[in-house]
Amino acid sequence: MSTATTVLHDEHHAHYQPGIMRWLTTTNHKDIGTMYLTFALIMFMVGGAMILAVRAELFQPGLQFLKPEFFNQLIGIHALVMIFAALMPAATGFANWMLPLMIGAPDMALPRLNNWGFWLLPPAAILLTLPFTLALFGIGDGALATGWTFYAPLSVQGGIGVDFAIFAVHLLGISSVMGSINIIVTIFNMRAPGMTMMKLPLFAWGWLITAFLLIATIPVLAGAVTMLLTDRHFGTHFFNAAGGGDPILFQHLFWFFGHPEVYILLLPVWGFIPHILSAFSRKPIYGYKAQVYSFWAIGILSVVVWAHHFLTAGMPVPALLYFMYSTMSISVPLAVLFFCWIATMWKGSMSFETPMLFATGWIILFGIGGLTGLVLADVAADAQYHHTYFVVAHFHYTLFAGGMMGIMAGVYYWLPKMTGHMYNETLGKLHFWLTAIAFNITFIPQFFLGLAGMPRRIPDYALQFAEFNMISSIGAFILGLSQLIMVYNIVSCVRGGKKATDKPWEGAQGLEWTLPSPPPYHSFTEQPVVE
Amino acid sequence: MALHFIKKAGPGLMLSLWSLVAHAEFSWNFPKPVTPMAVDTLHVHNKFMVIILAIFIIVLGIMIYSIINHRKSKGYQAATFTGPSTRSQLIWTMVPFAILIYIDFVLMGIPAYHSVVLMEDTKNGADMVLKVTGMQWRWQYEYMDGDAKGIKFVSNLATPEDQIHNKAAKGEHYLLETDNHVVLPVNKKVRILLTSNDVIHTWWVPQFGSARDAIPGFLRETWVKIEEPGTYRGQCKELCGKGHGFMPIVVDAVPEDKYKEWVAAKKTDLAAASAGADKAWSKDDLIAHGKEVYEKNCAVCHQSNGQGLPPTFPALAGSKVINGPIFDTSGKLIANSHLDRVFNGKNVMPAWKAVLNDVDIAAVVTFERNSFGNTLGDAVQPAQVKALR
Repeated sequence: MSTATTVLHDEHHAHYQPGIMRWLTTTNHKDIGTMYLTFALIMFMVGGAMILAVRAELFQPGLQFLKPEFFNQLIGIHALVMIFAALMPAATGFANWMLPLMIGAPDMALPRLNNWGFWLLPPAAILLTLPFTLALFGIGDGALATGWTFYAPLSVQGGIGVDFAIFAVHLLGISSVMGSINIIVTIFNMRAPGMTMMKLPLFAWGWLITAFLLIATIPVLAGAVTMLLTDRHFGTHFFNAAGGGDPILFQHLFWFFGHPEVYILLLPVWGFIPHILSAFSRKPIYGYKAQVYSFWAIGILSVVVWAHHFLTAGMPVPALLYFMYSTMSISVPLAVLFFCWIATMWKGSMSFETPMLFATGWIILFGIGGLTGLVLADVAADAQYHHTYFVVAHFHYTLFAGGMMGIMAGVYYWLPKMTGHMYNETLGKLHFWLTAIAFNITFIPQFFLGLAGMPRRIPDYALQFAEFNMISSIGAFILGLSQLIMVYNIVSCVRGGKKATDKPWEGAQGLEWTLPSPPPYHSFTEQPVVE
Repeated sequence: MALHFIKKAGPGLMLSLWSLVAHAEFSWNFPKPVTPMAVDTLHVHNKFMVIILAIFIIVLGIMIYSIINHRKSKGYQAATFTGPSTRSQLIWTMVPFAILIYIDFVLMGIPAYHSVVLMEDTKNGADMVLKVTGMQWRWQYEYMDGDAKGIKFVSNLATPEDQIHNKAAKGEHYLLETDNHVVLPVNKKVRILLTSNDVIHTWWVPQFGSARDAIPGFLRETWVKIEEPGTYRGQCKELCGKGHGFMPIVVDAVPEDKYKEWVAAKKTDLAAASAGADKAWSKDDLIAHGKEVYEKNCAVCHQSNGQGLPPTFPALAGSKVINGPIFDTSGKLIANSHLDRVFNGKNVMPAWKAVLNDVDIAAVVTFERNSFGNTLGDAVQPAQVKALR
């Protein structure tokens, strides 16, 4: 298909309303994908700015800039923004943009639902952050101050920020469930002829498991926060022992969602990283079937290990042992994935453009997150690690390195396809090295802080923690500022740059590379056939 | 602008960087363990760290070998395999997983099992019982049996506000000092019962190797057997509101005879304090004592100047509740009066009857009625508070 004819073809079909109405009313998967990705990028910067304020406060012992109550609001909203408004929308954005191209479909199966799913996000983000502004005008006492986990009874005690966050979570949850339904229906019904389930791109498989996990667990979260709402305002006692309730019930409900959530964030990334490794190793994906089965295994295991997030709450010995061994067993399918990723690189003909740098760094850093997760499963040692900076470092290795840096690999990998332009490779590489190094400067000291006994979520700390905190804060600022390079690179790539070919990466496989860059507004007017 | 900033912040930054190098006391592992549980935990932790470090280095080594050698720029031709193709290859790919399962469930799993059983062995052979109650934002300790039965006190942060707000040099045990240390005998198994008055807290002293949540309305338990005399410090580690970073734990572990001396002395103190409830106090004495009680217990929310942090923590200055009567004409406590609010609590306000003695409550109420611009001029006698119990 030549580019010239496609452009004509494109113009013929691409009739959309002018200006902002195009974006408000669009049912096009690429437009919606673009909006998801833009929203994720903006919220990534917002969440990052919040945590830089926190790291500035923690630069030295003593209270410098932030009052403790404001500090507590920042850490909780940082987490909710990064998880629900940055990582999840970024993954959904990729799904919208790329799934139809990868499985040879003209669009997503349910385009109007798709539009609604996105447009629930901005109101949710506003609900989350509005209490900060309201507090400036003397209304309420600021945003959710319980950490992102909403633990009762602290959240029952809290101000209007809790109610705002509850409704934000409801909106985000509805949006996620709608997105998931759309993805499942699309994958099941709109694959190109010949593309059997076991020929699906791994990205589609990862998203399929994520979508099922979301549908299974988001309603539990919605129920839990609704119970919290009725406890707060309508006199119920779900989480109040004096009324026959139990505060730990909330933790069970929350983490029944919260643990699968980790894999909800990671599975889409595990899906597309093999595509990148394969493209830049110029070698097929190793162990496709093994990876698909591992996705299934991890998806199933993820819903039966939740209580390892609150082992110090007190449980009978058999329950402790069950949650310890079931958590450890997740390491087996995860090791299969690591094995396959490295085996995909092994004896390839590798080159290290930015996506490959991110993918390689991602394996190493996510590996640290995985290995520290293995020791956290141990109940007795967990009594020491739990709620210290060791845990903070661990989950940033899984969610920043394992999540965000994976997303960045995807951004650089697909940016030429999406925009039709090459990004600046030098700046991309600079962004990678600064991110990888600053990330470690930030979080390696936090492992040692945790071991030495620094609890998380404290606005001020004892003097023996001063040095590591200072190093960590310096790292955090470098890390935060380096992200501006990525923003600049993305913006200038959207605006122009060297023309990208249909397949800018020599070793890339998959249907999306058979279309021009950028792909026409309506992809695949004729369905491709997969052998 | 930037230059101005450097001029202003530069010396401070240089100073902190210098102090980083000069006074660096980096701690790389758990602090020295002093209980059997902590010794076991450290042992298990060290073993696990060696194992995961070994796995990490081996896997990283393989990756680095591949990254160096299998490069396009070196003209390396890509292979095409997508999985193990021969029987022996298949067996070799299974080996790492067999090793991993062995590590998970034998090498790590068996010691972890024994640690769990040891950690949960709270009831067998306990020599004494200590009840710990978490509350925003202090700990209360109660000795439940033996000679010490009946000893009950609250332990508050003792670090001055000025140090926290950088107006004074920070002391050696900044944020890790309390007004009343818990005293425990060494080499005795102490069963610790935990609960909370408001939200969830976690009682944690790193050198004891045990952390357990204090949950309102429930009892949880853990145990310690301190094997070395000394002073051990810890902190709350479950987010419990704005004072979460400011509720430390300090335990003095002393030999048996010293412990007995402490118990006797503490009992005398407590007896003297409760005797105070029966005598009539002058208003000035009540206000003077009340100010101390206020600073320790109330100022964290209602602030030293009585202005509070509305809307959660209301101002006491000019408060309707404070500026109303306490007892009705027949001498009965009026519901929702000042004393009722302090004594029984409401919503976020704790019920101080569980924490403070009669003298403290009478004194602090009297103080609040005659401070921050409140000029009621009356006084509440400890005996009146005692009569409410």
